[in-house]
Amino acid sequence: MIKSELITNIANRQTHMTDKDVELSVNRLLEYMSNELAGGGRIEIRGFGSFSLHYRPPRNAHNPKTGKKLVTEAKYTPHFKPGKELRERINTSAQHVEIQAFTHEEDEDDDTGSGGYGF
Amino acid sequence: MALTKADMAENLSRELGLNKREAKDMVESFFWGIIESLEKGQPVRLSGFGNFELRDKNERPGRNPRTGEEIPISARRVVTFRPGQKLKSRVAQHEGSQTASSEEGRGE
Repeated sequence: MIKSELITNIANRQTHMTDKDVELSVNRLLEYMSNELAGGGRIEIRGFGSFSLHYRPPRNAHNPKTGKKLVTEAKYTPHFKPGKELRERINTSAQHVEIQAFTHEEDEDDDTGSGGYGF
Repeated sequence: MALTKADMAENLSRELGLNKREAKDMVESFFWGIIESLEKGQPVRLSGFGNFELRDKNERPGRNPRTGEEIPISARRVVTFRPGQKLKSRVAQHEGSQTASSEEGRGE
């Protein structure tokens, strides 16, 4: 499921808001969450889970292209810890449904590069 | 203080003029929609934020750290979150704060 499908699903479940308002709301919610983490904060959603930052200390690495050695800068990365209800519901669902391959590669694929060199 | 559903609803209400009820429903529907998709075995990709993915884990040996007793960890399905490039770079730039340490978010 991609964001536009989530928006459609939410819009279909209710009648008092226009699709446009739902879209605006979902985008705002993601902004609030991103902003909180970008500012060094945490997010706690009961039943769903919590997002926090994990510290990554500097480490020795090398540039894979040139082979040159370097020390990465210390940084923070976002971390999600699923809540109890989400964990249980997902685990139970394993008995009924298979994990589906993602079907929208072409739409929103670029977003999660592996990165990892810290420069 | 961590960001909560109540904070998110309040922000929506203030910024988009939704009434309290609508804002609260909107926040609930948002998380409900993500869970529902995952429960159907469908990963969720939210561009700019990140992806919620599913993985089936086989049973593996484990032990009770307190007693040292060996107990198998049963096969299970788990959710993982992979932050998107945009979120990762915004967070990486963050220069330390008292609320952000590797200890946060553990042991709860």
